[in-house]
Amino acid sequence: MSPSSCTARLEKTLVAINVNVDGRSASHDVEPRLLLVHYLRDVLGKGGTPVGCDTSNCGACTVSLNGQSVKSCTVLAVQADGADVLTIEGLADTVDSDLHPVQEAFRECHGLQCGYCTPGMIMASVDLLKENPNPSEAEIREGLEGNLCRCTGYHNIVRAVQTAAAAMGSGVTA
Amino acid sequence: MTVTDKEYESAFGQPLRRKEDAHLITGQTRWVDNLSAPGMLYAAYLRSPMAHAKIRVNTEPAKSYPGVVAVYSAADFGEAQAVIPDAWTVHPEMKKPVMTPLATDEVRYVGEPIAVVVAETRYQAADALEAIDVDYEPLTAVVDLEEAVKDEALVHSSIGTNTCFYIESPGEDYQAAKARAESEGGVVISRRFRQQRLLPTPMEPRAVLVVPTMDDVTVYAATQIPHVLRLLLAMLTGQPEHKLRVVAPDVGGGFGGKINCLTEEIIGVHLARRLGRPVKWTESRSENFLQMHHGRAQIQDIEIAATREGKLLGLKVDLIADLGAGLRLFTAGVPMFGAAMFNAIYKMDAYQFNCRTVFTNLTPTDAYRGAGRPEATYAIERMMDELAAELGMDPIEVRRKNWIEHHEFPYTTISGSVYDSGNYEAATDRAVELFDYDALRAEQKARRERGDRKQIGIGVSTFTEACGLAPSRVMGQLGVGAGGWERAEIRVTLTGKIQVVSGSTPHGQGHWTAWSQLVSDKLGVPFEDVELLAGDTATGPQGMDTYGSRSLVVGGSAIVKACDKVIEKAKRVAAHTLEANPDDLEFANGVFTVKGSPGPQISFVEVAAATQLAHNLPDGMEPSLNSAYTFDPVNLSYPHGTHLCAVEIDTETGWTEIYRYACVDDVGTVVNPMIVEGQIHGGLVQGIAQALFEEAVYDDAGNLITGTLVDYLVPSAADVPSFLTDRTETPSTDNPIGAKGVGEAGCIASTPAVVNAIVDALRPLGINDVQMPCTPERVWRAIQSAKGGAA
Repeated sequence: MSPSSCTARLEKTLVAINVNVDGRSASHDVEPRLLLVHYLRDVLGKGGTPVGCDTSNCGACTVSLNGQSVKSCTVLAVQADGADVLTIEGLADTVDSDLHPVQEAFRECHGLQCGYCTPGMIMASVDLLKENPNPSEAEIREGLEGNLCRCTGYHNIVRAVQTAAAAMGSGVTA
Repeated sequence: MTVTDKEYESAFGQPLRRKEDAHLITGQTRWVDNLSAPGMLYAAYLRSPMAHAKIRVNTEPAKSYPGVVAVYSAADFGEAQAVIPDAWTVHPEMKKPVMTPLATDEVRYVGEPIAVVVAETRYQAADALEAIDVDYEPLTAVVDLEEAVKDEALVHSSIGTNTCFYIESPGEDYQAAKARAESEGGVVISRRFRQQRLLPTPMEPRAVLVVPTMDDVTVYAATQIPHVLRLLLAMLTGQPEHKLRVVAPDVGGGFGGKINCLTEEIIGVHLARRLGRPVKWTESRSENFLQMHHGRAQIQDIEIAATREGKLLGLKVDLIADLGAGLRLFTAGVPMFGAAMFNAIYKMDAYQFNCRTVFTNLTPTDAYRGAGRPEATYAIERMMDELAAELGMDPIEVRRKNWIEHHEFPYTTISGSVYDSGNYEAATDRAVELFDYDALRAEQKARRERGDRKQIGIGVSTFTEACGLAPSRVMGQLGVGAGGWERAEIRVTLTGKIQVVSGSTPHGQGHWTAWSQLVSDKLGVPFEDVELLAGDTATGPQGMDTYGSRSLVVGGSAIVKACDKVIEKAKRVAAHTLEANPDDLEFANGVFTVKGSPGPQISFVEVAAATQLAHNLPDGMEPSLNSAYTFDPVNLSYPHGTHLCAVEIDTETGWTEIYRYACVDDVGTVVNPMIVEGQIHGGLVQGIAQALFEEAVYDDAGNLITGTLVDYLVPSAADVPSFLTDRTETPSTDNPIGAKGVGEAGCIASTPAVVNAIVDALRPLGINDVQMPCTPERVWRAIQSAKGGAA
């Protein structure tokens, strides 16, 4: 394909989308090929959701799309048109208060080291506990199979999810 | 101001929650790819799809692509391009082929950068890559290590051989030991082990943002080595060191993979200066697997001679190490770092070490978590289990017969290392208890007698490693082109708050927390009143950075020594204020008191204020408490431990699961046990992954078949178990903290423990080794082969 036809193809096909991200609505004209994760990061400045791979294996970019956790590198921005997206930055109101019990538990249990996988791991854990509020260790390990961590060896991540489950089950609000 | 004793004393040794977590769990992070600058452009690199070829590059077609600002190949940089640096001259006659950041007329591994596009957006930069026209004239790719040794095809024709260096130690002592074993009814055991290639795989790939401002350049890089990187970039790009700032903001893991200075950093500086605009490059995972250096990659021929009673007489090691296509910073040194570790914790009469390093048309290798020590530990610990099996002894008993005993430290090993302290007996006794060793052996026996389909095996790994890379003098003797010291600065504000400047750069280890604990303990200020400044050459111009479990041992010691200088001066100010003799003062829990007197006292915080207000200082005294110290230890540190693994193998399918894992590590004095335990867990899984899952596989043409996370199996939570961990504490005698280093321990110890367990399970079938990674298929084939079936 020549450069000029390439340009024509890309510029003619910008698509208007409206997305509600972390409680705020956004409207943009985007390329149809733009990945949701790049839309969040580069267009909306939501740096809390990182990219760890190009094959949807690592789960670092996991966000919630209409209440379901998805890997945002596997979703096109245009597919999120009209959707509610929740990222790690919308999970808690501020750094100092109202942390989600899963966030609290990751800190309490040392469930992170470098922290790169952490947003995705937390978002996946929130979804896991929504599906199964009282998971066994095996169920937690299976449930987080799509999220890779290179630092923690998962031991403390599993404990964090167990701790969060206990906290949420004991009446702490999610 | 007064603070209670309890607050002061609570910091050191306590499992305090990490300061760094608040921003990481809420997404308020500063990864390099989160940073931007006005007018920022994006770079993308064209990489070789061939392992070995002559190339002719035409960048013109890409220049007219939408959004493209510039397209460059090596020809556009000429002499300015410099070379990929190496820093370890292992042997005076070692061959050092030149590798340039962008390939000039020949590519030597798949993934080698050929050209760069700079465009307005990252998608536009990626688009234009496909328009660059490259003619490839294929050359023979050298892929296999043993083929490489033959020199039939050359990776670098200019040096006339694929061997970088060959080192041979005199073998007379070993031959004598072997002869003695043979004549006295002892045993001589030989094995060949393969250390497969591994991909470091930090979760954050590499990234670089270069921002030019007037004649200054700021480089934001996902690196473990901002200080070394600044030096190298100054040398390689001509940007003067004092006008070059390197910042490592939040860094998403390293594991050794981020201790290099590569194309994207070197060319990035050129691009930003040439174009006068900030330029960012972010690595994809696929690029990361091709371009970030790989680890391990050795063939090890090991032979031991021992008496019939199980006493080691001699050890012989023949290594072939795969350097890949060229030298990076520490490539050549990695196999040599293992040279002093094959003898591990054991006493013996003779040790012969021969090492050949060769170039291949594969991605260069370099330090990966443990760097030389996991390879060495694997070999000797596999051999100790083989010795036990040969003699019909318990593998723990064989180790007891040979290790250095607690009362023998300091101990000079056969390879010349001086181990300062250790207690292998205590760690092993505790591990045996934690693991419930006897019960598992009984279960193993029962299953064997019943002929169960699922058999269990038990693997032992006792280990030591050399951490805290320093002393500088020793590093110089080894040919490392770097010092091993570390620097710390303590800045005391008027209100008594502390900023610690450390040359040690965190990428997940918890420096903010542990360093605050050290300072809080020393100066008697609350943990919360200490802040760390690290990873920025503007605030901390001097440092030797983070690798080899040196942060606490070397960097932490520098902090403690700098605090001592602060206290020394504060004491003089306190004495002046209290109208006492400095020698009569004592300092504890943040308060200066007059010895033996319940009367006047002054807190550290009050002294800090008095020193900066300077209304009433001793004559001639400088009004500041700030102090700095550069610590260069006298020796490496030697943590140790005992790891025990039980595996359960389905003998019908080869499926292997870890049944129980218990370990006791001795990392010397512990500042934060929660952090120590976390690092052990992480290391365990990386070591287990080498044993069971991970391998960088190439085809005959030098293509990386496991080039994505689809093919390269990094274990998930579902693939590994939880662990039983404990520790003993034998302080190092060579640094003021007593710390020994922990980052690599789990990774070094777990690999042999797992493979020993697998072999132990299968030994009744006549199996005495399974090649790593011990996938279900490999285990199944070993079983079928032993049974005489088709495999």
